[in-house]
This record gives sequence, C-alpha cells and structure tokens, in this order.
Amino acid sequence: MPTTITMPQLGETVTEGTVAQWLKKPGESVEKYEAFVEVSTDKVNAEVPAPVTGTIKELLVKEGETVATGTPIAVIEEVGAAASSARSTPAAEKAEANKQASQEPVPGKSDAPVAPAPAATAPSNGSHAGQAVSSEASLRGASPAVRRLAREHHIDIAQLKGSGQNGRVTADDVLAAARMGPAAAVGQAISAKPIPADGKSSYGDPIPGTTIPLNQARKIIAQRMVESKRTAPHAWSMVEVDVTDLWKWRTREKDRFVRDHGHSLTLLPFFIRAVIEAIGAFPLMNAKFTDEGIYVNKEVNIGIAIGLATNLVVPVIKNADKLSIKGLALAAGELIDKARRGKLGVDELAGGTFTVNNNGANGSYASAPIINGGQAGIVTMEAVVKKPVVTKDDAIAIRSMMNVCLSLDHRVVDGYVASGFLADLKKRLEAMGPDGAL
Amino acid sequence: MAVASPSKVMTNVEAVRSTLYDALKRDDKAVILGEDVGNRGNVFLITKGFIEEFGPERIIDTPIAEASIVGIAVGMAMEGLRPIAEIQFADFIYPAFNQIVGEAAKTRYRSNGEYTCPMVIRTPYGGGVRGALSHSVSVEALFYHVPGLKIVVPSTPRDIKGLLNAAIEDPDPVLFLEHKRTYRLIKDDVPDEYFTIPIGKANITQEGTQLTVVSYGLYAHQSLEAARKLQDENLSVEVIDLRSVRPMDRNAILDSVRKTHKLLIIHEDNKFGGVGAEISAMVAEEALFELDAPIRRLCCPDVPAMGYALPLEEEYMISTDRMAEEMRAMVRF
Repeated sequence: MPTTITMPQLGETVTEGTVAQWLKKPGESVEKYEAFVEVSTDKVNAEVPAPVTGTIKELLVKEGETVATGTPIAVIEEVGAAASSARSTPAAEKAEANKQASQEPVPGKSDAPVAPAPAATAPSNGSHAGQAVSSEASLRGASPAVRRLAREHHIDIAQLKGSGQNGRVTADDVLAAARMGPAAAVGQAISAKPIPADGKSSYGDPIPGTTIPLNQARKIIAQRMVESKRTAPHAWSMVEVDVTDLWKWRTREKDRFVRDHGHSLTLLPFFIRAVIEAIGAFPLMNAKFTDEGIYVNKEVNIGIAIGLATNLVVPVIKNADKLSIKGLALAAGELIDKARRGKLGVDELAGGTFTVNNNGANGSYASAPIINGGQAGIVTMEAVVKKPVVTKDDAIAIRSMMNVCLSLDHRVVDGYVASGFLADLKKRLEAMGPDGAL
Repeated sequence: MAVASPSKVMTNVEAVRSTLYDALKRDDKAVILGEDVGNRGNVFLITKGFIEEFGPERIIDTPIAEASIVGIAVGMAMEGLRPIAEIQFADFIYPAFNQIVGEAAKTRYRSNGEYTCPMVIRTPYGGGVRGALSHSVSVEALFYHVPGLKIVVPSTPRDIKGLLNAAIEDPDPVLFLEHKRTYRLIKDDVPDEYFTIPIGKANITQEGTQLTVVSYGLYAHQSLEAARKLQDENLSVEVIDLRSVRPMDRNAILDSVRKTHKLLIIHEDNKFGGVGAEISAMVAEEALFELDAPIRRLCCPDVPAMGYALPLEEEYMISTDRMAEEMRAMVRF
C-alpha cells in the first residue's frame, strides 16, 4: 500500500520547505521513524522521519526545490501492511495533516524574544495544539493509559521515541513529552540539526556577496551589545576551579532527577547557587551604575544566557536566592525549555540583576562576555576538563577543572571586590559535593 | 507519634498468643475452642497455660470434628458469647464449610438482623514449612466469594494484634488466617496497649512510582524485600500488603495504580479464580485507562497440592528472586 508523504510544516509560520537532501533513494528501504529526507526552511533544518516502514517508491521533488507545505514529496510502499492498511491510510493521512498543524516553531525561531528588550515578541501560542491526535496505526499496541494520556495532552504517539520494551511508548514517555510541550514532543523525532560550523542556515542561507537584512531580534541584540560595551568599561578576570567533587555529586543525582522531575540536572543550578552565595558575601556584584550613584539591588535575579541558533535570550530566575539547588534546576530547566520553544514571556526576560553564562557546553575554555546592560557583572562557566593537577602535598592528581570568567563593570566595582568575589565563588564551588542535599 | 508508647518485640506466633490472652482477660464472654487448644496448649503452643488460668469452660478441647467446632461456635455467638474457634490447620477446614458459609455468614441476613454471629475462626495456613499435602494450603479463595464473611490475612505481629482485636470486636464472623511460615520468621515491635486496625484497610509498606505490587501473608514480606532490592537498581516499586482480602481495600489499590500505571499481584494461593483474579477484574473495571501494561499475577501453580520433597516445595513456592525478576520486567515493559 503506497503512502504519500507531504512536505511537513516545520514551524507555525512556515508555509514552504526546501528539500535540502534526500537521505534515501528510490528502491531503498526505510524504517518507521528513520530520517529519509532533510528539509530546510528559513527557520530550521530538520531531518524528517518516515511515518511508515517500507520502500521508497518515488521521490516527487528534486533536491533544492522549494514546495508549499502539504505538497506530496515522496511515496513510500508500506511493507507488512495487510488489508487493514487500506483502511488506515486515510486515517494516517489525516493524522499527518493534524501533526503538521500541531508542530510548533523549532529552535531558531528568528522572531523569538530577545534579552530584556521590551520590544520582544509576545509568545504566540499554538491554539491548534489541541488538534494533535494519534493515528489509528500508531495506537496499535499502545496501552490504555498511553492512549488516554496522549488524548488528554494532545500528543501524537507516533512522534514519540519509546523508552519501553522494544521501543514501546510508555505512559511516562507521554507524560514527559507533555511536560516539554507539543513542540518538544515533535522534536524528539524531527530533530533540529545543530548549526553547521560554517554558519549556514542560522541566518537563512548566506550567499557570499549579498547582505542579509536585519530582523528585529538581531537589531536589538546589536544595539544592546554596543550600548553595554560603550557605557560600561569592561574588565576581565578568570579563576580555575576544581569541580571534581561537585561533578561526582551531580553525576550521582542526575538520573534520579530527570526521572523524578523531567528536567536534566546540569552543573548550572549548582553554579547559580554558588554565585548567589558569593553575591551574598559581595553584594556590590549585584548592583548597577546610575547617575545618582551605585544602586545595590535588593533582589537577586539571575539571568541565564541561552544561545539559540539565530539569537541570544537571557531569561531570568527571579528571587533566585530563595531557591535550593533543586528549585534552581527546575526553574532553569523550565526557562531553557521555553526558550528553545520560543515561548518566553516578556516578564521572564526582564529584571535580571546578574547574569550567568554556561559557555562550556561546546568546549569553550575561556571567554570575555559582554555585560548585560544595567548589571555589574556576568560570569561564565567554561568547559569541565580533566587535567593533571599538583595537589597541596605536591602529588599529581587527575582532577576535573573548570574555568570561571568574570566581566565586570569597572564603574561599579574594582579589582579588589571582583577578585574577592571570584575567590569566594571558587571556594564555594570546591566545597560542593561529593555528597549533599539538592 | 510524639511519645513512644511502651512496646515489646515479638514474633507473629507470640502476637497471636498475647492478643488471645488479653482478650480472655478483658472479656469473660471470650472463649476458645478447638483441637488440642486445652491440655496440649495448641500445636504451636499458642494457648499453652490458658486452660490452667481460664479453666476448661472457656478453653474447650474438642473432638476432631471441624463442623462441630464451628457449629458450636455459631450457637455460642448467637447467644452472646465471643467464641474464638480454632481450626488446627486450614487444610482441615473443609468439613466446616457448611457451618461457615451456610450458617455463620448468613446468620444476620437470615434472622433479619435479630441475631448476629460475632465469632472468629482462626487457622494457620500456607506453605514453605515442609507441610506437604495436608499442612500447606491457602484457603482464602474458597471463602472470599462469600458475602457476609470477613477474611483477614495479617503478616506482621502488630497487624496480627490490631486485626485480631478488631475481629474479636466485630459483630459478624471473621475468618482469621495466620501464615504459619511467618509464625517464628517475622519479629517486630508491638505496642502493649489495646488497639485495633480496621478490617478492610491495606497497608502501603513501600511507596513507589513505577509499579504497584499487591500481596499479603508471607509474600507481603518477600515482595517488599524484592522491591527494596530493586531500589538499588533505581527502580521504584510500591508495595501494598492487603491485610484483609474481604472486604478489600479497593481505594488503596486503585490510587496506587493511578500513580504507577502498572499492577502485579503476588499470592501463594493458586492463580485460577484466586484473590488476584478479583483484583485484576476490579482494576480493569475501575481503572482500565490508567494501565500502561497488562496486569500480571504471580501465583503458585494450579496443582492439587504442594509436594513434600524440598525441590518440589521450592518449585511450588515463589522465591524473592522470582518476584524481583517479575517486577523488573514489568517496570521495564
């Protein structure tokens, strides 16, 4: 039974897509959920999984060709489908259509809100999310609980990667997808590709010798960066921190944490906690320069810099000093999820008093960040690297080391306070773990 | 508890003995009757010394005639005594079936409430003690079909005291099943003071999120042990000790299944038509859309009796490892 595959809608405002590359040729077999085509749009590049297992019968669109969403692009001859597939195909097509409607913008949404800019776009919510339904075929083998939960949370089971026996989608999988929202559920199957090293695709498809017009987000980022760099004299310092024990602690807790809370446990919340405590000892780091004088903030609102494919957002954990490590992990997890889905509200982007930048994820060893305007400093977590270290008793040990970099507004504080703050932060991080309560 | 009340560590068999003793002391309408309960002091020495202290009118040695034991107790109960009848081993209860099912359970209904039958029938049951054909059976499923009869299967000394007190207090007949393998195996703290545990209330012995295991009797202990083992593997299993099979704590089971979405029932009685069958049907009726896996029952085999030879007994009984294995498979399903 041939199944016609149509151009998926990779984002709610996307109306067309380009077949960047066929990953399968006619005659080749394809597994259900296996990526068979790479589609690019002006927002994202994505590999699209096959909805059925079968053989590629026909490719209807050439590579490089752009077609409207919903246009047939390929035909897959389904295998192992008995007479029942004849019945299920219209249903599957309907589900496919619904699925497309349910797809939310994927990371890289160019009009996503930008760091505390009031001009940030209000999150446009997918009211059509409720249309996501599971096709008859995908329900086969789904337990009653999975069916009910998928229905209640508007999740298409076919889009989920099952963690149960033989890849079965479990009730927990549906609940986890529900926690992440419909877009993330889709994202598990249609994975947005990382930005290629050559920078392609993050700004559309840059053609040498042409100018890419500035979108709103890029304009605001540019304006704020210049303003901060121009008005605040930046000074910079770095310390090296031994996070061996902290790493052990986090490693021990992480599996249980993600199972219990649905958010992964990174070093970030531990780091934020240490920063908050160091701010407690050095409140000038939580201040800002005004013409009237140095205003020391009452609240400790920690911004987290999150780099997306096309822009940067800095959502804020309000009153972060009132939260435990666990509370910080949950708050940060929530904000990061929202940022990736382009769902941050204006209020979640405003009011930061100090900023933390987890810069090490891609291996950065040191960086000199630009201060978020109106704050006294920004601190980075660089990559955790195992290194031979000379210990106090002159032995050599292998330790997990991390650089922490601080940019400070020299109008607000001098090196004396800044280095005291960094030393205090280092001491607190090194005292964390290998045991403790989150 | 703000203040720890005085308590004693005792075994299950000591808990039966001390609760019976207190009942005899407390209420002179309480009488015990059964085979060898008098001069012999019961085969497990539960009533040793009772006949000397309370006399042969309250501690009554009966002939080997189970129908008479229960029949006499029914009459005593209807006329205002509080008989505690003993069937020496559950395997011998069959002759009393008519008295229990046809008389005791129906007394209140038949007399339009004029008579009730406040009696307890205690009996040791269960295998794992090389009891072979006639000292190993589980009889709960033969009786739990019967409206008008309460059936209690406590697994710990504390539950034995609380539930035996509740059974003696109860205005209707209660079948009180004591797993004989737990008699000297299980030891725990029991408060000295008088207390009851409501009949029909289960006990969640371990909270968990990934699987609900319902069991009772000896296997309440083994399933808890297996679940604890799984904790080390980061698998989270909720364990329910039913304590009563009728009335059954439906809410405890349903609430747990709503949380974990998976249900495993473990009992020693054979599977076909057993207590697990009722639980499965109840959950399927009430909570089908909570289930993320087929309900499973881990039960002893459907054969007429347990073998005497050790390998046969071991083959018949369910090991803790098998329970853990089954739990693992269900969590991972």
